[in-house]
Amino acid sequence: MIAYIIRRLLAAIPTILVLIVASFFLMRFAPGGPFTSERPLPPQVLANIEARYGLDQPLWKQLYDYLFNIIFHFDFGPSFKFKDRDVNDIIAQGFPISFTYGALSFLVATVVGVSLGIAAAIRHNTWVDYFAVGLGIAAQALPNFIMGPILILTFTLWLGLLPGGGWHGGQWQYLIMPVIALSTSYMGSIARITRSSMLEVLNSNFIRTAHAKGLPTRTVIWRHALKPTLLPVVSYLGPVFVYVLTGSVFVDMYFSTGGLGQAYGGSALSRDYAVLLGVTILYGILTVAVNLLTDLAYAWFDPKIRF
Amino acid sequence: MFAKSSKAAQIAEEVTDFTAVQGRSLWQDARARFVQNRAARACVLVLALIVAFTIFGPLFAQWNNEEIDWDIIGNVAAQGMPSLATGHYFGVDDLGRDLYSRVIQATTTSLLVGLIGASMALFVGTIYGIISGFVGGRTDSIMMRIVDILMAIPATLVIILLLVVAGRSFFKLFIALGAVSWLSMSRIVRGQTLALKHREFIEAARAAGVSEITIMHRHILPNLLGVVVVYASLMVPEMILAESFISFLGLGVSEPYTSLGSLISEGAGTMAYGTLWQLAIPLFFYVAIIITMFFIGDGLRDALDPKDR
Repeated sequence: MIAYIIRRLLAAIPTILVLIVASFFLMRFAPGGPFTSERPLPPQVLANIEARYGLDQPLWKQLYDYLFNIIFHFDFGPSFKFKDRDVNDIIAQGFPISFTYGALSFLVATVVGVSLGIAAAIRHNTWVDYFAVGLGIAAQALPNFIMGPILILTFTLWLGLLPGGGWHGGQWQYLIMPVIALSTSYMGSIARITRSSMLEVLNSNFIRTAHAKGLPTRTVIWRHALKPTLLPVVSYLGPVFVYVLTGSVFVDMYFSTGGLGQAYGGSALSRDYAVLLGVTILYGILTVAVNLLTDLAYAWFDPKIRF
Repeated sequence: MFAKSSKAAQIAEEVTDFTAVQGRSLWQDARARFVQNRAARACVLVLALIVAFTIFGPLFAQWNNEEIDWDIIGNVAAQGMPSLATGHYFGVDDLGRDLYSRVIQATTTSLLVGLIGASMALFVGTIYGIISGFVGGRTDSIMMRIVDILMAIPATLVIILLLVVAGRSFFKLFIALGAVSWLSMSRIVRGQTLALKHREFIEAARAAGVSEITIMHRHILPNLLGVVVVYASLMVPEMILAESFISFLGLGVSEPYTSLGSLISEGAGTMAYGTLWQLAIPLFFYVAIIITMFFIGDGLRDALDPKDR
C-alpha cells in the first residue's frame, strides 16, 4: 500500500511539471499582453515595466525562475494587473472562501445524492423511485449557472428571504444559495449512479443468500449492499470535487462571494496572465491530489484491488 | 410405405424451402431495443421538433435577429412581452431585438456545438485510443501518460484559457471544446481495444495474413462502435453545458450570434425589471434539449450495451 502511494506520488510530479510548463508557454505566446493598452506606452516605459516583471529575460530564464520560485518558495510571482498584490495574496484571500462553500456543496451533493439513489433503488418501481429519478434528471439539467439566476429570482426577488450575494465571513444566509447552486446538478448525477449501482447489487447472488439466511432487510442493505454500491460512486466523486472547484468560477462571479473564481474570471477578462497561470496550476495540483485520493479510497473500498 | 402422403410432401416442401435463418446484426437488435424504449422514442420526437423549429422557424419570423424594434426599446418591460400583434412571438430582449429570431439562432448554435464537439471527440478519441491500445507497449504507455496529464487540468479552465489566449470565434470555440472532449473517449476506446485485441477472431485474421492496419479498421473498429456511439451521445449534452457555461462568462460566440447560454445569461441579468420571458424562453429550450439528450443517450446505452445496466 505504502509503495503504491509512493509510486503514485512520483508519477504525479512529472504530470504537474508538464502542466506548469505547458500553461507557461501558452500564456507567453498569447497575442496581446497585459500591458498593451489603447494608448501605446512609450517604448522606454514599456521596457522598464517589462524589466520589473522579468519579461526582458530570455524565455528559458523566465521559465526557470518561474519553476524555481514555485517549487522552492511556493511563490507564483506578482500580479500583472494589481501593482501591490502578488498571486499568492490573491490565492490566500480567495481560496479559503471557494474551498468552504465548495466542500459544503460536495458534502451536500454526496449525502443527498446517495440517499436519494438508495431510496429509489430500495423502493424500485414505486412512486419514491419515480420521484427520485425525475428529481435526479431535472437536477442534472440545471447546472450552477442556471441554478444561480433561478435561486436569486425565487429567494431574493420574490420571497425576499436571502441576500442576493456577498460573503460576510461565511454567515449561513450567504452560504445557502451558492451551495445549492453548486451542488444541484452533481446531486442529480450521484443519485442516478447510486440508483443503478444499487439495483445491480440488489440483484446479485450474495444478496439473495443474505435474504435466504433470514437477515432482516435493514441489515442486508447496510451490511452487505452498501459498500459494493458505493464503488462506482466513489470513482465519480473525484471528478465531482474538481467540477465543484471549477464551478466556483461562476458562483464567485454571480454571487460576489469573493472567492478564487472571481479572481480567475477577472484575470481571464483582463489578461492578467500571472493570476490566470497561478490559479490554473493550483487547480491542476488539486486535481492530481484528488485523483490520487479517489484511487486510494477506491482501493480501500474494494478489497479485490491489488497494488 | 413409400406412398405419397400429403403430410410427407408438405414436410419435404418445408425442408427444401428452408433457407438459412436470416441473421440479425447487433445493430438490428439494438434498433429493436431502442424503438421499444418509450422514453427514448418520445425524446427523439421532441428533439426532432426542436430541430424542425430551428429549420422552419425563420419562415414565420417577422424580425431578424439583429433588427432593433425602435418602438419598444425604451419600454421593454411594458410592451416587449411575447405577443402576436407586434410580431415578437417570444417578446424582445433588453435591446429591443426579436427574441424569437434570437432563440432560433441560439438553439442552432447550441445544437451545433453539441454535435460538433461530440463528433470531434468521437474521431480524435477513437483514432487515438485504437492506436494506443492496438500498438501497445511503450507507445501505449507514452500516449496514455499524455492523456493523464491533459486530464489533470480541469476542462472548463482549459477552454477558458484557450479562448483567452487564442481569441474568441465560432471556429476556435469548437477547437477548444474538441481539445478537451476527446480525452475520456480515447481512454474508453483503448480499454475496449485491449479487451478485443487478444480475441480469437483477431488471431484468425492475423493468421490469415491480414495486415495490421486492416485488422484495426475492419475487425476492431466495428466492434468498438457500439460503446463509442453511446459515449458520444452522452457527450452531446456535456458539450452544450460547457459551451453555455463559457457563454455565460462572456467568452463564447460573439454578437450578433448568440447561444442559449448567453441568452440565459442576458435574461438572468434583466430579470429584476419584470422581463421574465427573456429568461424563461431560452431556459425552456435549453432544459428541453439537455433532458431529451440524456434520455436518448440512456436509451442508446440500454440498446447497444444491454448488460451494462
